[in-house]
Amino acid sequence: MRQRSLIAITAALAAGALTLTACGSRDDDGGSDSGSGGTTVVIGVDAPLTGDLSALGLGIKNSVDLAAKTANKEKYVEGITFKIEALDDQGQASVGQQNATKLVANDDVLGVVGPLNSSVGESMQKVFDTAKLVEVSPANTNPALTQGVKWQTEKVRPYKSYFRTATTDAIQGPFAAQYVFNDAKKKKVFVIDDKKTYGAGLAATFTDEFKKLGGQVVGTEHINPDSKDFNAVATKVKNSGADVVYYGGEYPQAGPLSKQIKEAGAKIPLVGGDGIYSADFIKLAGAAGTGDLATSVGSPVEELPSAKEFVANYKAGGYKEDFEAYGGYSYDSAWAIIEAVKKVVEGNDGKLPDDARAKVVDAMQDVSFDGVTGKVSFDEFGDATNKQLTVYSVKDGDWTTVKSGTFTG
Amino acid sequence: MNELPQQLVNGLLLGSMYGLIAIGYTMVYGIVQLINFAHGEIFMVGAFGALTVHMYLLPDGTSIWVSLPLMLLGAMIVSVLVAIGAERFAYRPLRGAPRLAPLITAIGLSLALQQAIWAFYPNAKSKLAFPQIEGGPFSFAGATVQTGDIFLLIAAPASMAFLAYFVMRTRTGRGMQATAQDPDTAKLMGVNTDRIIVVAFALGAVFAAIGGVASGLKYGQIDFKMGFILGLKAFTAAVLGGIGNIYGAMIGGVVLGVAETLATAYISDIPGLDQFGSQSWADVWAFILLILVLLFRPQGLLGERVADRA
Repeated sequence: MRQRSLIAITAALAAGALTLTACGSRDDDGGSDSGSGGTTVVIGVDAPLTGDLSALGLGIKNSVDLAAKTANKEKYVEGITFKIEALDDQGQASVGQQNATKLVANDDVLGVVGPLNSSVGESMQKVFDTAKLVEVSPANTNPALTQGVKWQTEKVRPYKSYFRTATTDAIQGPFAAQYVFNDAKKKKVFVIDDKKTYGAGLAATFTDEFKKLGGQVVGTEHINPDSKDFNAVATKVKNSGADVVYYGGEYPQAGPLSKQIKEAGAKIPLVGGDGIYSADFIKLAGAAGTGDLATSVGSPVEELPSAKEFVANYKAGGYKEDFEAYGGYSYDSAWAIIEAVKKVVEGNDGKLPDDARAKVVDAMQDVSFDGVTGKVSFDEFGDATNKQLTVYSVKDGDWTTVKSGTFTG
Repeated sequence: MNELPQQLVNGLLLGSMYGLIAIGYTMVYGIVQLINFAHGEIFMVGAFGALTVHMYLLPDGTSIWVSLPLMLLGAMIVSVLVAIGAERFAYRPLRGAPRLAPLITAIGLSLALQQAIWAFYPNAKSKLAFPQIEGGPFSFAGATVQTGDIFLLIAAPASMAFLAYFVMRTRTGRGMQATAQDPDTAKLMGVNTDRIIVVAFALGAVFAAIGGVASGLKYGQIDFKMGFILGLKAFTAAVLGGIGNIYGAMIGGVVLGVAETLATAYISDIPGLDQFGSQSWADVWAFILLILVLLFRPQGLLGERVADRA
């Protein structure tokens, strides 16, 4: 009997150890080649690399890796070799904050690209700001991150080290509302959100503009992102008589939600933000997804002339995963850090100064270059000056461009 | 339009799913007084077993009517093997140990199974698509039922009927009842209690596997953590119905499912409760119901057992 329990304990320990190794090995996933001598500068990446949102997160990681490799190949900054350190936040604010602390502790890290989720961004900002480490998010769209919680009335920039290349929900929500009301001619909307920083914020800005335009909100609902049974909500949508659904949230929930709404008998499109603009949304929604709409920041990356090179290089880079919605923005975010580092190094006789982190933050404010997604520069709040948005629609199992434009308020 | 029939059907379907899994909790608890927190993961590996049969063992384009029985079989085999393995290597060595030890083991096993699927099953780091039945949906009496749900509507009552027959009429079933009443006396009367316990784990796993396939068909996707929340809900359903009572598990599941659905649908219509009515509050209402039931009937809705063991 004693021996048996020993076997059992050993087996349990072995299983536990295996899992732990699996967890550990995914973290420190460098990727770029070092070598070629000189100083190494690490660009941190924080994104969900596993779990529901990993499709978007891996696209971010790969694009940053591509930027670092390109800079190394072109010897863009003399004497500096860029490396990336990618950490997995699993889309959770608590994990993101630990990752932020970890990146701050590594002295070679001079800038961080990420995260994907606004809620994670919220938890990381202060950690980075205290360490004067620059953070550029390719995907955070919640306005409060750059303009303070009272952004509607009085804009105050909370953290000097936080920048983003993504357009905010203050623009994205109203842009979607104008498209739905004016172009798609839908007047009765059912608004659903997932209560997270991103989803609730987006739903709120959409609702405000839609009402202002004269549309009617026939129902609101908040779903539980841990659930995947939205049938009760779908039945409510059907009986509300809405002719369109707006969903503030991300594709892991939006896919099943769209499917269940259509199955309940409401053949109306679901409209969402950049959080549902992913190939995985179509996979999860199945045939029911046809006709659904999503707004995403910027012009379609594949169609911009400046992006052709990025797409070609990404393919040549041999990455297993697609670059997804934020690939171009991630590349630009990483490149902005590279530009800032270049400026700092060149202003200091080709060497990194001792207070490189603080200098990079200052340099970032004035960065300006032609990136994958257009002109990349930041306004006084750290927001992208590029306010281009695009509406996409699901057709034949793929996202197709419907309308591109700039929101003018 | 009156949405009550549809919402009741939604709740019934959700509840049947809870019930199928709750049976496993309640049977194991009834016989060995162990809350098998790894049972949600038995359900999860069942769904992955079915998907493995579909993706790797059957040729592409096999009709769902051919593959469904095979997938079900695959799910059951995987679930039962994992459950029996868990019983043999994780729980049996701890049978004489204090209650906390097997409970902690169960929680650890649950994490280990989740992470094992996460780490070793191909592409399991994100959600995987599950095959769907074409056709439908079907409408009757003001409610719509999806084709994928038909399986659950048939499987849940059928499983329940089979279990009732098994426990009441077969020799092994009576052995289970005897072991549940008093394991030591049952042993003295010639019941092989070790075998009975294995049968209880295996039967629970069979129903969990059916639930896993039903979940895949219903939602069209599976992932490595699908068993965690559902397992907690099923455990709640088992407690609500009276843990240890197999009929209580199904009743508790259906009551919980219907309560969640109706809370989502109607609470927001009550003046003043507008903001507590959304789906994100449905769990809160479900647990309020659980607390109320346990306040007035601590043994659960159908439970006969009143804390007869410390």
